[in-house]
Amino acid sequence: MLSELADIQGVSGDEAKVRRFISEKLAGRGIETSVDTMGNFIARKNRGKLATPPMLSAHMDEVGLMITSIRQGGLLNFQTVGGIDSRVLVAKRVKIGREGLRGVIGAKPIHLQKKEEQEKPYKQESLYIDAGFNSREEAEKYISTGDYAVFDVSCIKMGNGFYRGKAFDDRAGCLVLLELLLENSDLCFNAAFTVQEEVGTRGAMVTAYTLQPQKALVVEATASADTPETEKEMSSTILGKGPAISLMDKTILVDRKMRDELADCAVRAGIPFQFRRFTGAGTEGGAIAYSREGVKTAVIAVPCRYIHSPHCVLKESDLQATVSLARAWLENNQ
Amino acid sequence: MEELIKSLTETFGPSGEEETVRTMIADLVRDRTDRLFEDSLGNLYAVKEGDRPRIMISAHMDEIGVMVTSIDENGFLRLAPLGRVNPVMLLGQRIRFKNGLTGSVYHEKLKDLKELDWDKLYADVGQKDAASAEGAVKIGDQACLAQPFNSLPGSRCLAKAMDDRAGCAVLIETLRRLPARLPQEACFVFSIQEELGLRGAKTAAYRYEPDFGIAVDVTLVGDTPKASTMAVSLGKGPTIKVKDSSILCHPRVRQLMVETAKKNDIPYQMEVLERGGTDAGAIHLSREGVPSGAISIPCRYVHSPSEMIDLKDAANAVEVLVKLLTKEWSFSEESNVF
Repeated sequence: MLSELADIQGVSGDEAKVRRFISEKLAGRGIETSVDTMGNFIARKNRGKLATPPMLSAHMDEVGLMITSIRQGGLLNFQTVGGIDSRVLVAKRVKIGREGLRGVIGAKPIHLQKKEEQEKPYKQESLYIDAGFNSREEAEKYISTGDYAVFDVSCIKMGNGFYRGKAFDDRAGCLVLLELLLENSDLCFNAAFTVQEEVGTRGAMVTAYTLQPQKALVVEATASADTPETEKEMSSTILGKGPAISLMDKTILVDRKMRDELADCAVRAGIPFQFRRFTGAGTEGGAIAYSREGVKTAVIAVPCRYIHSPHCVLKESDLQATVSLARAWLENNQ
Repeated sequence: MEELIKSLTETFGPSGEEETVRTMIADLVRDRTDRLFEDSLGNLYAVKEGDRPRIMISAHMDEIGVMVTSIDENGFLRLAPLGRVNPVMLLGQRIRFKNGLTGSVYHEKLKDLKELDWDKLYADVGQKDAASAEGAVKIGDQACLAQPFNSLPGSRCLAKAMDDRAGCAVLIETLRRLPARLPQEACFVFSIQEELGLRGAKTAAYRYEPDFGIAVDVTLVGDTPKASTMAVSLGKGPTIKVKDSSILCHPRVRQLMVETAKKNDIPYQMEVLERGGTDAGAIHLSREGVPSGAISIPCRYVHSPSEMIDLKDAANAVEVLVKLLTKEWSFSEESNVF
């Protein structure tokens, strides 16, 4: 299911296909679902059992590109949606618009570059998408300004339980929530599959206001820097060591009792875990924690290498341990 | 008030770890309030009940600090800032954890001090390896600066965490001075996590639903050698805020403050703060909007281990607040802009 989820096109603001996939998976399972005006998808498992069920949150959207104009010769200008390092863009294959037209991100080849151009990475303004059009008029028949483009890659399983694919941030989180919704249990909780996290945690502001939880757990994918050149004490998270429990990020300082509760749940159930040793970047944690009168909120994440690039790498055992930790936390809050 | 500021500033309370400060304040104000409670995130509310309008007066309990992000095999700690902390301010300083453990902050070998950043900084708590360090401190533990309070000749004093324990002291002293019954309701909020982005005041304002908001915080000054231009000096009275980056204060609230200070001959200064924010920024955007203003205590060396205020300014801030809250605020439910 990770491959299926990761391969869906769903850049911020265009999450409909992800929402449809989740909705179809949950159909006929006796779970109450709804969609709000922004496009957030809410699933309430065993509704009515608890007065204020705990909330789980994962975002459906991924980082991607948006077409901003079409050049005279039919090449497409674009902007990034969400944080993408423009140095990873050149020569990547993309799918454009609802029809998923094929294209490639082009730039001036090495032969034609001046020496000083060779010494610097491409700036985003000098890149464009080439979808094989001969003229603007021809391109306009298929593409309009505002269309999205996503990386054209398929998720695959590598050796030793590693997966490679796009959009693990945060389809990995979506998968965790789906697993917990689909399994046979009498756990009562509300799951929010949110929109527009990558452009400022916007969906979660609305879902937290709607659901009014007392406690919430955000399930994310977080950057890992466990490659050889990183000193151990500087690596944020390490693949294979289980879900990363956040201390704080730009949006939230995680409630100490919540952090301790998660660590206790993990220890009691024998689930591996680590702390996220980096305190930058943002999650939906803040949008939920400071909603209305305040919500006790924590963030756990599947460690993920090369995040926000076309090829993220995660480890299956981390994903499973994240499901186990979220389940243990829910059991503790029934 | 000096004793009060001394004990408040010497207490441990970086953002997210306000518990010790909260307990201390709760004990100090319990017999001066009709209703005292805290919410799920840790804001403390001290209400003097009355008729509408409801006025929320907020000062934040938290101070800047650091958090331990990793412990290496030799027992050294890596740190992340809590709030806007310049790493230069920590060099050679001592930090203190909740359990009383202290440590020294120093830097890796640098060619030039300009290279100093958080990843070049570490704390040393005197442990020989990871195991003994982990016995004393855990990843995620928070620490504050360890400087004591010092009184200086005249009316000025130095301490860590003047931002915003000086404001907390002003609220506590105001509560002590107020009569049993006020013409309207006043809720004194001691808020959390202001240094991380006005977070406590945001949820507190949502919960209390005030008709008006007043923040009491410290502000920057322009009276030190070659300081950035700012028309605020130490010792010339509390300031009445016009704006900062979080709020343009409501003109009528501001006017009410100015009139009150003038009428009672209390010295004051007008404050236009070009950077920085305060709880009023979160309060005025709560729900349908809350007309809000702020009174500040001028403070030198804000966010350093040695912040300096003039006690006269704090005392005069109490005067303004007492006079402001004992007068009747005109109010109508249809339009609460007087």
